[in-house]
Amino acid sequence: MPDLSFSSFVKKALARREAALTLLLVVILVPITIRSPQFLSAKNISTILNDMAILSIVAIGEFYVILSNGIDLSVGSIIAFTGMATGMINQANPTVSPILLMFAGMGIGMVMGLFNGVLVAYGKIPPIITTLGTVNIYRGLTFLLSGGTWVTAHEMSESYIAFPRNTFLGVSNLLWIALLVIAVFYYFSRYSRTGREVYAIGGNPTAAKFVGVNENRVRVVVFLISGTLCGLAGALWTARYASAVNEMATGFEMQAVAACVLGGVNFAGGSGGIIGVVLGTLFLGVVTNALPVIYLSVFWQTFVQGLIILIALTLNTMSDQRKTKKLLAQRRG
Amino acid sequence: MQQALLEVQNVTKVFPGIRALDDVHLSLRRGEVHALIGENGAGKSTLVKILTGVYIPTSGKMTLDGKEISFKNAIDAQQAGIVAIHQEASMFPELSVTENIFMGHHLRNPKTKKLDWKTMNEKTQGLLQRMQLDINPDSFVKNLSVAQRHMVEIVKALSLDADLVIMDEPTSALTGREVEDLFRIVRSLKEEGKAILFISHKFDEIFDICDYYTVFRDGQYIGEGKVAESNEDTLINMMIGRSIDQMYPHHEPKIGKKVLEVKHLSQLGAFKDISFDLHEGEILGLFGLVGAGRSEVVRTIFGIDKASEGTMHLLGKPFMPRGAIDSMRKGIALVPEDRQRQGLVLKMSLTHNISLPVLTNLCWKGMVTNKKTEMQYVQEHGDQMEIKSAGYHVEAETLSGGNQQKVVLAKWIGTNPKILILDEPTKGIDVATKAAVHEFVCDMADKGVAVILISSELPEILGMSDRIVVMHEGYQTAILDAEEATAESVMRYAIATVQMEASNA
Ligand SMILES: Nc1ncnc2c1ncn2[C@@H]1O[C@H](COP(=O)(O)OP(=O)(O)OP(=O)(O)O)[C@@H](O)[C@H]1O
Ligand SMILES: [Mg+2]
Repeated sequence: MPDLSFSSFVKKALARREAALTLLLVVILVPITIRSPQFLSAKNISTILNDMAILSIVAIGEFYVILSNGIDLSVGSIIAFTGMATGMINQANPTVSPILLMFAGMGIGMVMGLFNGVLVAYGKIPPIITTLGTVNIYRGLTFLLSGGTWVTAHEMSESYIAFPRNTFLGVSNLLWIALLVIAVFYYFSRYSRTGREVYAIGGNPTAAKFVGVNENRVRVVVFLISGTLCGLAGALWTARYASAVNEMATGFEMQAVAACVLGGVNFAGGSGGIIGVVLGTLFLGVVTNALPVIYLSVFWQTFVQGLIILIALTLNTMSDQRKTKKLLAQRRG
Repeated sequence: MQQALLEVQNVTKVFPGIRALDDVHLSLRRGEVHALIGENGAGKSTLVKILTGVYIPTSGKMTLDGKEISFKNAIDAQQAGIVAIHQEASMFPELSVTENIFMGHHLRNPKTKKLDWKTMNEKTQGLLQRMQLDINPDSFVKNLSVAQRHMVEIVKALSLDADLVIMDEPTSALTGREVEDLFRIVRSLKEEGKAILFISHKFDEIFDICDYYTVFRDGQYIGEGKVAESNEDTLINMMIGRSIDQMYPHHEPKIGKKVLEVKHLSQLGAFKDISFDLHEGEILGLFGLVGAGRSEVVRTIFGIDKASEGTMHLLGKPFMPRGAIDSMRKGIALVPEDRQRQGLVLKMSLTHNISLPVLTNLCWKGMVTNKKTEMQYVQEHGDQMEIKSAGYHVEAETLSGGNQQKVVLAKWIGTNPKILILDEPTKGIDVATKAAVHEFVCDMADKGVAVILISSELPEILGMSDRIVVMHEGYQTAILDAEEATAESVMRYAIATVQMEASNA
């Protein structure tokens, strides 16, 4: 007999991370807006969304890796390398189309992701070790590529710098691209065979083997996706911030991971969804943007982000507590 | 009647979308083996988990020795004197048997306060000997078979010396001899004045060992009584509200051409020199004691494990699969023995679990574009297995043990195999569904599918098979025709008291 009481309905709704996050967003928006009504102005909303666009692209790549019970710590370095590379290509050939630069970034990122994936799948090196290595390798390569110098705004073409900002139907290209990525990967995670296989591998690799899922292929694919999306993000980053510096996107993996964890993605793999990740990204964006409003300096930003990760992880654990308790009980007999 | 040790009154437990227990009663006395019976999903394991502090009841009252109890966790329950062997064994695979057994209640040297591994090892050894188990206390749990793990769980529960020992389907992974060992222990516990709550779907066991029974159906209390004053039909009627035909279905084998030929198949350390033929329309039983290497043989045929020697021919062509994908393409399906580890992705929905092996067929260019087709497929096969759940969208994790097993079956029957390998398919499922599974297996064989059936239940093997391959410690000791096989003869080959060469037919 289904329980139809109101309290059980609320509990069920809150049990879904997506609903809980949306509610939380609304809850924190109220005091912020009271304090500063402009916070919800069209202009500020668009700023927040644009700020978050790049993170959402990267977080989606990170999502697939975490879903497969891995982690990609090299995202910041891939962004830096591809951003530097596209910046330098643009510097050398100012006439090259920005679209082509996006694809160049994706291509380079794909190769870097492939390298991660092959090490994990065929080298049998755990993802955290692999990417702990490549995060430094790729950052080092960035310095080697640039020779330690920057590409500055006036060394890049107008069209490239303007590309993310240009609007189509009132929405910036940057946001369009993010929306496209979200849509494609939402569909991919829910309806593609490979998407299902990522869930299966993350949830129970042994059972996946018994139905003929090719584990190595899946592991390569998730890193490939992550690398490619980071490449896209790198190309966009250089244009949006109108410079390519060697240190760009340092520590960005923390934000990508935070967005996933906030969005309810299980750190041990096997569960989570794109909508959650997008909401997680938005949440981070709102909080970061709101800091000045509540008179906290941006220097607090990393502190607050760390705090959010901790809270999100605690929440995930709490919603998992029933299961954990069950497991522990069984273990202790 | 003697004062009850445990008294459960009006206990209700509600999960989202389902009322697992609805106002149930249970009373249990010392020196009594009490059977808790009911269909899959009746709420038996839920009650066990409430009694051991895993779940907190939505409402109701429980008393132990007259004192009201409510546990926050399993440790609480242990201290009060209740331990359970849960239906799904869950241990630390990377730790040794001793370490697992004393997890949570390590022994310390009274003087130095250091962990006293020597005593713990000795105690483990003693307990293992008491159960006549041939397991090394130092071996890692990951290297033990499913049955051995189960036995270790049992030993662990005994090491706690509790007043109330709960056994949730303890025999589902054991064969005859281990079951006898277990029963000997249950009897000695009973003589020591402990109470035992015993959950099983096997009536012979209930009539063999239990004194008293309580029946649940759909989370509700139906009745209780003395086992001696009852019979199987009454119990089945109470359980499912009707009577069923428990006879094995009549199966007139229409043996067709040879589909699989296995020759001298060996795998180092697991099995050696296995040779048999398999024909269309045939049900080939594979029998042996726990640890005989049956599962390893079928896993090798399916391509999960690698053979170290030997050959196989599929429809006359050499065949050596390099993975499940190879054998699935060639029309082989394997229902694995361990539903939680090998059969299911517990965090995925029933729908996604059931469609996983056939995604290729449901996909167009790698995309599942038609959700309706997928849903239809899942419903068709899920309903055939009569899965009881809050819906096909729920996670496999939330199902009762028997219903999880049904999901694993549903997942494979839709693959339209030419060779269907079933490793303990009826493990943990109730009488009614069991009969349905038997019916279904015969139907498949009648349609020309070649079936390999592994079961630790001798009656099932004898009742279903056309021919029986018997194994003993990795060796094939006999191939018997079902007509001439008797429980005694099969058992003799399984414990290998017969000359091996003489029987290699
Ligand atoms: N954690 C949970 N969340 C939601 N539903 C649950 C959960 N645990 C059990 N259930 C539901 O409660 C019901 C009773 O389950 P339970 O495991 O107690 O059955 P059982 O009698 O032990 O069956 P079996 O013989 O198959 O082991 C089932 O319908 C099951 O789907
Ligand atoms: Mg159960």
